[in-house]
Amino acid sequence: MTQSIAVTGALMRRALNEVVRVPGAAVPGVVAPTIFLLGLTAAFGKLTEVRGFGGEDYISFLAPVTLLQCAGFTGAATGVNLARDIEQGWFDRLLVAPTPRVVLLGGVVLSAALRVLLPLGFLLTMGFAFGLNFPGVDGMLLVLILVPAYAVVAACWGASIALRFRTQAAGPLIQSVMFMFILFTASYAPLALLAPWLEAVARVNPVNQVIEGLRSGFVAEVSWHETWPALLTVLGMGLFFGALALRGVRRTGQ
Amino acid sequence: MTAAVVALARRSIRQTFRRPQFIAPILLMPTLFLAVNTGGADSAQTLPGFPDVDGFLDFELAGAMMQASMLAGITGGIALAIDIEMGFIDRLLAAPVPRPAIVLGRLGATGAMGVLLSAWFLALGFVFGASVHAGVAGVLLIAVLVPLAALAFGTVGTALALWAGRASVVQSVFPLVFVVVFMSSAFFPRELLSEPANSIADYNPMSFIAEAVRDPIIGSITATETLKGLLGIAIVGAIGTALSSLALRHRLRAT
Repeated sequence: MTQSIAVTGALMRRALNEVVRVPGAAVPGVVAPTIFLLGLTAAFGKLTEVRGFGGEDYISFLAPVTLLQCAGFTGAATGVNLARDIEQGWFDRLLVAPTPRVVLLGGVVLSAALRVLLPLGFLLTMGFAFGLNFPGVDGMLLVLILVPAYAVVAACWGASIALRFRTQAAGPLIQSVMFMFILFTASYAPLALLAPWLEAVARVNPVNQVIEGLRSGFVAEVSWHETWPALLTVLGMGLFFGALALRGVRRTGQ
Repeated sequence: MTAAVVALARRSIRQTFRRPQFIAPILLMPTLFLAVNTGGADSAQTLPGFPDVDGFLDFELAGAMMQASMLAGITGGIALAIDIEMGFIDRLLAAPVPRPAIVLGRLGATGAMGVLLSAWFLALGFVFGASVHAGVAGVLLIAVLVPLAALAFGTVGTALALWAGRASVVQSVFPLVFVVVFMSSAFFPRELLSEPANSIADYNPMSFIAEAVRDPIIGSITATETLKGLLGIAIVGAIGTALSSLALRHRLRAT
């Protein structure tokens, strides 16, 4: 058990080292969600003038979407990095080591929970500077739980695809799916203002629950009524994508 | 030279179609984004100052084509970077292949993807009720502008690949595609953008290209918009070509 924790920790440190040693590769993932928040607010900000929007501040309405984008991009990057390790043979060397595969996978995907703190911190700092509402202590706590947890979910998805295709060329596929999971929600406007078909999709998309949970702190007050579905959704998605990634790592080399 | 360019372009096109990982982001992602934008911001049509259009899809089609063109350019760059990583480019450099052909072959494939993209989005638009007001001439104009735009964005992807030589670095530029698109009038009318997008869009070549492509869809072909679009393509292409040349020279010196 102690050895497993040590291996997991070492793999997480290795993932963090990449950010420090190749900062150029990390910068776009850190900056992009912030530019997304500001860019989308500038592009679609006038939507708040549409009747029925509720007069909310658009940057605060949009913030939860870009918070999850931080997590999505970070998780996707984790998957792409794993694909690179597979291509270069590094992961094969790990596989022959006397370490359970679940530990190897755990080290890779849990690193996303730490790495996401960088874009998350940057996004919140820039957001508050540009008028984002402070969600309160409870809202911030919710952000610090849900966003890293969703990064792990995204990393599990990324890892499962990386293990399936075994090439970095799978990167856009990883990113596309995670991106769409986040955007097929009430991302641009409240459910009632979406086109009927998108409203129907958003209602069954589990990520919408996470966005609504995060949004409550930014546009009103955090309530348990919106928090527990968000927590439950992330847990469920984590179990599903975690199982998918675990299946992938167990089948590798067989 | 021509034979080498054609052969390498064919290889690149085959590579794109053989790997769903390459074709999916170019076609699938902008298509899904088009759906999300159309479904999510549909109510924007009621805003004062929004252009008179038959439907929000008509307005968004040009944006989707532009987004797809940029993604095609970046994806071409990723494929080139993978070729560099795998040593394929080194083998070409050692072979009696004209060096510009190595880049031109990849760009030719990106241009061909542009033809496919314009056909795909026009077909999609027609299926879901959009129309091209300028008729056949409008369709032909779009079929010329979109591949040219893809080619221009391809030069930028090529420059990145030659400079970095690593697919992960080129791939990390992927999210920035959306930034360029959102800071232009590709998805929303320039007059209704808030600052700073409003000011940036006035100078963003993407705005010129998107408006030139949108022109025949929502109205008629106008010389001013078409020329502005061609100017935007020329600006992107010139910058990308210059950067590609510099990066190729740097890479050749290094090898």
